[in-house]
Amino acid sequence: MKSLTLELNGGTVTHEVEPRETLADFLRERCRLTATHLGCEHGACGACTVAVDGQATRSCLRLAVMCDGRSVQTLEGLEGDPTMEVLRRHFHQSHAVQCGFCTPGMLMMARDILLRMPRPNAETVREQLSGQICRCTGYSGIVTAIVAAAQELGGPAGQTT
Amino acid sequence: MKAATFDYAVAKTVAEASALLASSGAAAAIAGGQSLLPMLNLRVALPDLLVDIGRLHELKEIAATSSTIRIGALTTHAAIEDGKLPEAFGGLMQKVAAKISYRAVRNHGTIGGSVALADPASDWSGCLLALGARVRISGLKGTRAQPIGEFVLGQYSTSLADDEIILGFDVPRPDAALRWGFSKVVRKSGAFADSIAFAVARGRGGPACVVLAAAADRPCLLPKVAERIQAGNGSEDAMRAAIAHDVAEHLPQDDAYLLRLHTSTVLRAVRELHAR
Repeated sequence: MKSLTLELNGGTVTHEVEPRETLADFLRERCRLTATHLGCEHGACGACTVAVDGQATRSCLRLAVMCDGRSVQTLEGLEGDPTMEVLRRHFHQSHAVQCGFCTPGMLMMARDILLRMPRPNAETVREQLSGQICRCTGYSGIVTAIVAAAQELGGPAGQTT
Repeated sequence: MKAATFDYAVAKTVAEASALLASSGAAAAIAGGQSLLPMLNLRVALPDLLVDIGRLHELKEIAATSSTIRIGALTTHAAIEDGKLPEAFGGLMQKVAAKISYRAVRNHGTIGGSVALADPASDWSGCLLALGARVRISGLKGTRAQPIGEFVLGQYSTSLADDEIILGFDVPRPDAALRWGFSKVVRKSGAFADSIAFAVARGRGGPACVVLAAAADRPCLLPKVAERIQAGNGSEDAMRAAIAHDVAEHLPQDDAYLLRLHTSTVLRAVRELHAR
């Protein structure tokens, strides 16, 4: 076992972990933060997306021990985050949620897209979301929600990426 | 938790990384881990010790001299995509980086890790071959450098000894404006490539290099296509013939679909180069 200390959703946590534990397992099993979902566990589905040092990260492709001293944000830690609040509302309004399994990863990635790109159009959102798999909605509602949130949050109209 | 058990150590210096890698028969280096973690989770890779080289500052060096761009092994695909290199070779490396896997993977996956793994469908070994890069390597016996075409030996096979790690790459600065083309066929964006082609030329009539990846067990040079680009004249039919000739040399078996697929990616790369 290795001792691991990291900043998690603004607080400091320390745990003993096995080297083979992924960050996703660490978050769900040791920290009981179950918004982070595990789909494929080999980097194909995107359901487990979190932010490490502010960068979108597949928590199934990161060993927890590699995150020693780093800052990790999960969906639970983004309550009240201005970008996430707008995204959440538009996901609701555009019916971007069906079974909900992919939703935490979709929201984490959507926030990452909006922080990097001021006003993405639908085509850009689709390209950027290509690593997130949803097996229910057909993506239309999800893309609509993210574009609508971008328009609400973004810079002056007409400026697209 | 899916991976089998292993021990884990963080290397604090390059020398310590080599000593740790040599200390066990089945040690593996981990940088971004974006290829290794799936292999651990699927139990395809079964190391008994993981040596984390992700915190070595020497491997993060990005520097430019008048003749060379030095790219540290730990440079992430996302950093290259975001234009963090002092010279992006006319935008080629940025374009290549942006098409690797997905952003969340690009945030951690490194150029050194990609080349060290030597997956035949990877982008960087082919791109760096087209750009004439040398690999800088460190091990217990000291450091060495090797052209990337000699470093990559085949599928998942390189000249790295058990105690060696990649420090980074030295890529010659083009002495004239770089004209380039890049084409890649994937079933869905971010998936493993079925075919990748790179075409580069230094100015008009300058030396050209054409590389096809994801076709054979390692990226291969297409010399007749490069000659045609350098000559700068000739019909598209002549170019197609040169491509078909070079591609057929490297296909493992006579397969009409694969020949057509790889011919298209090379032709698209050549057309893009000509349009620049």
